[in-house]
Amino acid sequence: MNKLLVSPSPHIHTKTSTRSLMLDVVIALLPSVIVSILYYGWSAVVVLASSVVFCVLLEYLITKYLLKRPGTVGDLSAVVTGIILALNLPPTAPWWVAMIGAIVAIGVAKMTFGGLGQNVFNPAITGRVFLLISFPAIMTTWGGAKGFIGGVDAVSGATPLGIVKEGLMQGQTIDQIFAAHDFSYLQMLFVNIGGSAGEISALAVIIGFIYMLARRVIRPYITLSILLTVGVFSGIFWLVDPSQYTDPLFNLLTGGVLLGSVFMATDYVTSPMSDKGGIIFGVGIGIITMLIRYFGAYPEGMSFAILIMNSTVPLINKFCKQKKFGRA
Amino acid sequence: MKKTFSIGGVHPDDKKISAGCAIEVLPTPKTVYISMAQHLGAPAKPVVAAGDRVKTGQVIGEPSAFISAYVHSSVTGTVKSVAPYRDLAGNPVMHVEITVEPDEWAEGIDTTDTLVTEIPQDVRFIVDRIKNNGVVGLGGATFPTNVKLCPPPGKKADILILNGAECEPYLTSDYRIMLEKNGQIVVGAALMKHVLGVDRVVIGIEENKPEAIAKMKEAAASLAAGSSDYAGIEVMTLKKKYPQGGEKQLIDAVTHRQVKSMGLPIDVGAVVQNVATSLAVYEAVQKNKPLIDNTVTVTGECFPKQSNLLVRVGTPLSYIIEYLGGMPESAAKAISGGPMMGKAIANMDAATLKGTSSILFLTREQTKRNPETNCIRCGKCAEACPMGLEPFLLNKLARNNMYDELEQNAIQDCIECGCCLYSCPANIPLLDVIRIAKGEVIRIIRGRTAPKK
Amino acid sequence: MTTTIIWTIVAITVLGVLLAVVLYLVATKFKVEEDPRIDEVEKVMPGANCGGCGFAGCRAFAQSCVESGNLDNNFCPVGGNEVMKKVAAVLGLEVHEKAPMVAVVRCNGSCANRPTVNDYDGIKSCKVKAALYSGDTGCSYGCLGCGDCVAACQFGAISMDPATGLPVVDEEKCTACGACVKACPKHIIELRFKGPKNRRVFVSCVNQDKGATARKACSAACIGCGKCAKECPFGAITVENNLAYIDFTKCKLCRKCVAVCPTGAIHDVNFPAPAPKPEAKPAPKPASAVKPAEEQKQEKPVAPKTAATDKKEE
Repeated sequence: MNKLLVSPSPHIHTKTSTRSLMLDVVIALLPSVIVSILYYGWSAVVVLASSVVFCVLLEYLITKYLLKRPGTVGDLSAVVTGIILALNLPPTAPWWVAMIGAIVAIGVAKMTFGGLGQNVFNPAITGRVFLLISFPAIMTTWGGAKGFIGGVDAVSGATPLGIVKEGLMQGQTIDQIFAAHDFSYLQMLFVNIGGSAGEISALAVIIGFIYMLARRVIRPYITLSILLTVGVFSGIFWLVDPSQYTDPLFNLLTGGVLLGSVFMATDYVTSPMSDKGGIIFGVGIGIITMLIRYFGAYPEGMSFAILIMNSTVPLINKFCKQKKFGRA
Repeated sequence: MKKTFSIGGVHPDDKKISAGCAIEVLPTPKTVYISMAQHLGAPAKPVVAAGDRVKTGQVIGEPSAFISAYVHSSVTGTVKSVAPYRDLAGNPVMHVEITVEPDEWAEGIDTTDTLVTEIPQDVRFIVDRIKNNGVVGLGGATFPTNVKLCPPPGKKADILILNGAECEPYLTSDYRIMLEKNGQIVVGAALMKHVLGVDRVVIGIEENKPEAIAKMKEAAASLAAGSSDYAGIEVMTLKKKYPQGGEKQLIDAVTHRQVKSMGLPIDVGAVVQNVATSLAVYEAVQKNKPLIDNTVTVTGECFPKQSNLLVRVGTPLSYIIEYLGGMPESAAKAISGGPMMGKAIANMDAATLKGTSSILFLTREQTKRNPETNCIRCGKCAEACPMGLEPFLLNKLARNNMYDELEQNAIQDCIECGCCLYSCPANIPLLDVIRIAKGEVIRIIRGRTAPKK
Repeated sequence: MTTTIIWTIVAITVLGVLLAVVLYLVATKFKVEEDPRIDEVEKVMPGANCGGCGFAGCRAFAQSCVESGNLDNNFCPVGGNEVMKKVAAVLGLEVHEKAPMVAVVRCNGSCANRPTVNDYDGIKSCKVKAALYSGDTGCSYGCLGCGDCVAACQFGAISMDPATGLPVVDEEKCTACGACVKACPKHIIELRFKGPKNRRVFVSCVNQDKGATARKACSAACIGCGKCAKECPFGAITVENNLAYIDFTKCKLCRKCVAVCPTGAIHDVNFPAPAPKPEAKPAPKPASAVKPAEEQKQEKPVAPKTAATDKKEE
């Protein structure tokens, strides 16, 4: 008779694994990736490829030679970080910028804390913020890329948020700026030229969000609470003074709000565990983002907002517990 | 909206592949080994010795404490030995070994099939029959039924819930008895209803068993038409979700009352009994037949002959497997009970107990654990926990022996349903760690509260 | 420019002085009075904070020594008599010397002696495994091999021998703190006298099954035959529940029991290599705690029982 296996219960296990969850995130990111490649062409491919390759390579090298542990590349989390980092970069960025971003993201933000699950800050955002501070010129220049889709070659200029910020600083009102630049919400929803690779299409991000919800990869609370907070917060300011403050729809569709709230704020490791904690986390991100957008020096504040709220996660986890059975 | 419990839960594949197999009577083996520790509480004290001749249904073990139970011989024959014999976990436990001869029933047992529907009015008589016939809860915990039916003074039940949820994948023994012995189950429910003095009995069945729901409804209706003793017995369809059959979860699903931490169902006025227990109660009271056999599902995709068998208590597992054609090559693990809470069998020569509900075979691919990786803090374990606990946190605290914090985080509420380990994408053996720490915390709590009383 | 620098220096200095005063006042106000001898005793302690003495750590032990006023119930197993003498000197108390002890693993159910009958597939923890079932071998008393004792040892004195699957105690490092004894759910590890020249004799088995059952599960098991008890001139050996036990306070290390044991369950360690009666050595040689791994290989051919049971299982 063959030797029987003996183990404590339960004896069956769900098919979901870390790897399958990460694969689902990669699939959810595909629409954004495809849109960015279509509109930014080969330069987007170069950024994406170098970011992913360096993230994976670094994780492999660090686990193998520095930590001397079994490899963790197979869980695909480095691929996710690489794609998200690439989507956060201007498609015209040179390959070595992506490499430096990968070194900070994987080497500093992730592996120094002990690898997947141990890091406090979202690796991709840490990488992006590092680059934004170190190479502000490269990180805020969009243009010169030639896309695959006819008609839209050689895009140039600043992001809508940057245009608004600049205009306001020069003393223009929102109406004047909008009139001068011919912003269209429909265009923002589909392809919003100007911005990092992942920011250009709101629709692509929303498709990814719906996919992740359907596959039960994430729960909707963090994303929705960020979007709602951004909407409400900007709505109040807009109603008070529409000439100085942009309207809610503009704020939701432009910049990194959608990309950040769907793919970055929902990162398991750096977001709260409970739904209640997730809502607090989301509200915090929404408020900080809008404060930076309206009053800060940077036109966009999503990355900073997520990083700041990442640091509050342990505290939120400690105080937001889910309701226990049979306890008041 | 169908009812279910309010927090957590998981949805493993149903896999009730033996549902279509009618209950078949297993021939008695040549030798049976009847354990003296078949119930929760103190083991029974053997009252026979080697060389004694025993009849089917004769008492061979007496309760040794308040929470203990009678054990009866399931066969006629000669006692070969009263000695330690290895149970399915390989641990030596006192067993009575009997060499089997043709059945000769002990006196006073009604072995006919007629359904006796008249409910005896003397409560004492019913409870004594339940006790003397060794009836224990067959839902898994094997708690002596007579003790459960006599709440401590000052506490009063207002609802009896019959557990027909059978939420574990693969298991079909409860399903089969609900199809084939529904009348007996309803009579058993009426007996317990009379003992408890409650007006309402709810038979909770999950939605994936429509035939059982129909049959049970029909039986309840036809008996209610005949006598007022059967008034107030209803069948409730529950949503399919594991662990619906957990006592606390079932009470929550049916009554929306939540048993407090470390509390008992009676605290919220509920008593839960399994449908199989109800059948045993019927046989014990109406037929004076001791609990000497039970329905055992033998199943698994790799097992060629799916079966539901009526098995005498004490039958060696290996005998059952041989009868059904032997163990398949591809079977890597044998489990007594369901895949979520069942016990892995280490010793196939062990004998069945009163509470044995199934023998399940799983292949290596189905059951082998994957290596543990880093926690990714996805919170899926907390989402799945039906008690609203945070297994990821308990796991960390337990590995550092932080018992005060474990108690604050309610580890003592864990019902060991396995949802956390089942759902963990990083394959962390959460329940393995939590189970041990929970035992330690409960010991600490008991140690603290005991001297005060 | 210069004034700015000067002002900065002045401001910082003033701030520093002010804070220093505040700190000083707080420190004097909230000073905790403590017997200075506690500090002195703590200084001579090993500082491992292992808890082997029964206290939370070395400081708690020092406190107890000072407060109780005698050393009757206080003994540091790690420091042993040396440290206790120092403690006694500090406090001017008398010390009760104890014979040095060492942790002894009383199981010889190596992979060769005790074949597995099932595969354990849970978390690698003896505690969990013991709570689940009798273990992956036929012996329900012996070592489970998941290394809870190794994890419990703060001195790195226990390691698992991959060849035997059993824990090995490094006598040099073992401080007899007893952490492993508490960690072992099967109660296999025992603290015994280290013995003169580290020589010890002990029964390396805790199996209480009847002889035949025990032997079937493990070729190196004590079968409770009682030959050793009859042979012992000092009455140090008792047989209870089919298991012999040598009382280390009575044993005089004559090794007569070792010679008569039919299964080699009685081990003698650190005795000179040419034993007095080498021809009486039993068949399966002990894979003892201190023997190097090379010796295991010689063992396999001399354990015919193992091979026989193996075939039977298949």
